[in-house]
Order: sequence, then structure tokens, then C-alpha cells
Amino acid sequence: MEKKLICISCPVGCHLIVASTRDRITVKGNQCKRGEIYGKEEMLSPKRIVTAVVKIRKKEYCYIPVKTEKPLLKKYIKPLLKELYRLEVDLPVKCGTVLIKNFENTGINVLITRSMKN
Amino acid sequence: MLEKKVNAVVIGGGSAGMAAALSIAEKGYQVAIIEREDTLGGILLQCIHNGFGLQEFKQELTGPEYAQRFEDFVHKNRKINIFLETTAVDITQNDNGTRVVNTYSKKHGVILFSADAVVLAMGCRERNRGNIAIAGTRPAGIFTAGLAQRLLNIDGFIPGKKVVIIGSGDIGLIMARRLTWVGTEVLGVVEIQPFPSGLTRNIVQCLNDFSIPLYLNHVVSRIYGKERVTKVRITPITQDGKIDEKKSFQIACDTILLSVGLIPDMELAKNAGVRINHDTNGPYVNADLMTSQEGIFACGNALHVHDIVDYVTEEARRCGSYVHDYIQGGRVKKQGNVIPGANIKYILPNHYVTHRNNRLYCRPMIVKNNAELFIKINKKFVLQKKLRHIQPSEMISIDLEKDVFKNIQKDQNHTLEVSIR
Ligand SMILES: Cc1cc2nc3c(=O)[nH]c(=O)nc-3n(C[C@H](O)[C@H](O)[C@H](O)COP(=O)(O)OP(=O)(O)OC[C@H]3O[C@@H](n4cnc5c(N)ncnc54)[C@H](O)[C@@H]3O)c2cc1C
Ligand code: SF4
Repeated sequence: MEKKLICISCPVGCHLIVASTRDRITVKGNQCKRGEIYGKEEMLSPKRIVTAVVKIRKKEYCYIPVKTEKPLLKKYIKPLLKELYRLEVDLPVKCGTVLIKNFENTGINVLITRSMKN
Repeated sequence: MLEKKVNAVVIGGGSAGMAAALSIAEKGYQVAIIEREDTLGGILLQCIHNGFGLQEFKQELTGPEYAQRFEDFVHKNRKINIFLETTAVDITQNDNGTRVVNTYSKKHGVILFSADAVVLAMGCRERNRGNIAIAGTRPAGIFTAGLAQRLLNIDGFIPGKKVVIIGSGDIGLIMARRLTWVGTEVLGVVEIQPFPSGLTRNIVQCLNDFSIPLYLNHVVSRIYGKERVTKVRITPITQDGKIDEKKSFQIACDTILLSVGLIPDMELAKNAGVRINHDTNGPYVNADLMTSQEGIFACGNALHVHDIVDYVTEEARRCGSYVHDYIQGGRVKKQGNVIPGANIKYILPNHYVTHRNNRLYCRPMIVKNNAELFIKINKKFVLQKKLRHIQPSEMISIDLEKDVFKNIQKDQNHTLEVSIR
């Protein structure tokens, strides 16, 4: 399999061609080592920080921002978003509080990113 | 009507206003922050995505987290008084030269603040359809990207089901991902220029991740729909800049987001007689970030539009220290001019001084790898710097140590020019 990617590890933005065969992955087009690491990671296990807002219970048009503490494997993003849109939280909340612990055993927590009083 | 006396009034409680107020208050002066909304934080509160604070806190935070840290500092500082739901409407001057900021507060009605110094930190506003002129009807379903971001991230309101984004600015890109994540279909981003105006990492993570097409060298030439938007016509632009009607195509959509740029919010400043800098649409400022009106300073997006909040904080903090010097009665030192040279869209501040270090911010006009930056004073080279990569969406910061000025005749007029090639 071959993928065309742009390295985002620095502002230069090298255009990478990442090719994978059964036993190895090769990266071309990178100007430095970080590009190779980025290309391999994107091929094997791409991860993203996910941010969203969660509904506050019994309040209309009132939401609180949240994020994953660390980057989450891409294939878990949809299930996580589904869970977040289902949840409701009660005020007050404090920035940094864990909302979901170890989501689906990925080892990733979801944190609240803003304090809000009642 | 209430009257208050403070050393400095900061208009706007976003990242710029908070950092400026903290830096003035740390020197022992009384500061009032005037904020229109019911909370501090400004634009950061709607930027729920990651990517703030790498320089300031050495970690990647979301906008609300970055705001929260400063809010906590501000609340702890007893020299700072915060006036929420209070809008500054006018800046005038007393007979003795002090400034008066006229405000309207939801709770207290009119409050007049008199102060030695005023800091403009009102942020910026978005360009809208009027600024880019698109033909067609005037149906519902057209939002600026920042407004849509606010509605979605603060009020939980989803603007539409099928969206086309006009302009490839960062807010529009970030919204493409955000909307996709709430189940809205983003059908494309249309950009008139040959390169995107947003950051590469946003192109990659907000468009490419979801296979959202980016139409470079294209314009939305018509908007259709009676009550609500129903479709748009998209037309390519040829190399010589002409519209290629024959190659037009249409996309059905119910919503359009405009992400076509930001401009400093200057109404208040203009009425106070502040001279405007036409390169930035913000105020013209001297080396101490003071506008053409004595005692009125500016920082953050009210001075020029920043892409990185860490720079806003740095600039605002420095602005606070200049305000402090001014209140103390420091005499304005003789200043040289700063002008943009080749490939520079703008450079700030508009003046520099030789008795201390200077930090300059400039925005390039071109996209290039391995570029070189040149600084000349009165046409003589004084400094040269290599830049790995430049693009218009990324501001460049330049630190000029005072050693650079060693051989300059202090009593002469001098002009510093920055260029890139
Ligand atoms: C959508 C968007 C995405 C961004 N993404 C990133 C990113 O990923 N990473 C990054 O580092 N930076 C990012 N930035 C840049 C950075 O966050 C902002 O430039 C910065 O926060 C602006 O701060 P400010 O204080 O100048 O303006 P603002 O935050 O806009 O604050 C201005 C404040 O002034 C108030 N105000 C205005 N007029 C009045 C008045 N007359 N009276 C009283 N109050 C008034 C407003 O209510 C507001 O609270 C982004 C910017 C935007 C717009
Ligand atoms: S490969 Fe290296 S130089 Fe190229 S974009 Fe990635 S980090 Fe930057």
C-alpha cells in the first residue's frame, strides 16, 4: 500500500510517499528523521487529539468543552464522539476534571477543559 | 452614572487584555478590565481545539484551557478590577490630559473611567459577504466561520446539514473538521488564491483526514436559494486571473461558511482620533505600542491579526510594561522609522528605539523554503537571518538586540527596512 502524506512535524510541510509491504515501511520525500517517524506512525497507527462539547444537564444552549488527554487511535474517534454527544454533565465543573476514564480500554481519558459555575 | 479612577483601563478581556492587565498590575498599578461579554477569555473560548500555548506553557492546550489559566491569574490579582457585561463606547480626554473611557454596563448603567493610559485589546472582527461581493440571492444559511464556531461550540447549535466553505482561513478549516465530527457533510473549501491561507497542519488534519476537497484557484461565483441556500456555483480562475465560466460546476448545499479573513476592530479607536495603518487596518503605533493618541496603546488582534495566541500574550505583556513606563512619566525617546521592504506585507511596530532591544512582527507575502531575511538601516545592512520556511499565514518574529545599533548616529533620522528573498 502507498499513501501520499504531508508531514506536519514542522512548518516546512514535506510531501511524503509512504509505502508499506508485509515486513517494512519506507518513507520518501522527508527532509529529516522526524518525517520518517511521522510517516510510519500515520501508516501504522494514526492518532488524533479529539475535542468536542458536552451538554450541560437541564440548561438550554449550554455546553462545556472537552478533549482527550492524549491522541486517540483514529478508529476510536467515532465511537468516542457518539458517547460524548449522549452524555450530560452537572454544574459546577472544574477545568481538568476527568469526564471519561480509560475510554474503551485505550488508556485515554477525556478531560473537561473549562471551569463553569452553576 | 458611576465614575471611577484607575491608573489604566484595558478595553477587552481576551488573551491580550488579560496579559496586558496582569503586566501593568504586577508593577503595582490599579487596572480596570472592561469586557462586553459575561466572561473573560474572548475568542479563545470558542476555539475548543488543541494547539495553544506551546511557547507560553510548553504544552499544547485547547483555547478554553489557555484562557482559564490567565483568568485564574487575573482573578487572583487584587490590583485588577473586572467589569463584565460592560461595553466601551467612547474614549475622550479630560482638560488635564487624562483619558476617559465611557462605558455602558448591564448592571450599573453608564460608568466613566478616568485613567492615565488606555489599552485597546478589543480583538478583531470577521470579513463578511459585503467584503468579497458574491452575486446571487440573499437567502438564510450564510454564516461567517467564526460566528458558526461560536454557535456550535458555546451554544451547541449545528448550522446546517450540507456545507460549502468559502476561503481557506484557519477558522474555516477548523470548522470543517468540527462540523464533520457532528455529522454535517462538508462538501468543499473554495479558495481564490493558488495556495491555502490557513496553516498546513490544518489542511492535513481538518481536510485531508476526511477527504474534503480543497478547490484552489476557484471562486464561488453565485449563491442560489430563495429562503434558504440551495446550491452554489463554483468557477475556476485561469492562470491570467480570468474567470473560466465554461468550466463552472454546482454543488447542492444548505449552508455556506465564509472564512475570508479578519480585520482589527477599530471603530472605537477611529473615533478617538487614532491614526490607522493601512497595511494592517489596525492602529499605527510607535516602538512602545502607543498609538498616535498619547496615552492610548494597542495590542493583540486589535493591533494586527495574530495566528498564534502565544505571540498575542508576549506582545500584550510587553505593551503592559510600556504602559507602566508611560504612567511613571518616562520621556518618549527618539525613534526611528520601520518600513516593510520586498515581500513583506506589513511590519510592526512602525518605529524602533536604539536604547533597548526591539521585537518586531512581520507577515510575508510569499510561500518559500530557505528564505533569507535582511534588515537595513538607512540602506546599510545590519542583520541577516535564515528562515527555513515562510508563508503568509505564519507571522515572523524578529528580535533586534540593541548591539545592532552600536554604529548608528543617535541624533540622525534613521529608517529600518526589513525585506525577504
Ligand atoms: C477562530 C480562531 C482560531 C484560532 N486558532 C488558534 C490556534 O489554533 N492556536 C493559536 O495559538 N492561536 C489561534 N488563534 C489566534 C489567537 O487565539 C487569537 O488571535 C487571540 O486569542 C486573540 O486575542 P485578543 O485578546 O487580541 O482578542 P479576543 O480574544 O477577540 O478578545 C477581545 C475581547 O474584547 C471584547 N470587546 C471587544 N470590543 C469591546 C468593547 N467595545 N467593550 C468591551 N469589550 C470589548 C470582546 O468581547 C473580547 O472578549 C485563533 C484565532 C481565531 C479567531
Ligand atoms: S520531514 Fe522534517 S523537514 Fe520535512 S516537514 Fe517533516 S519535520 Fe519538517
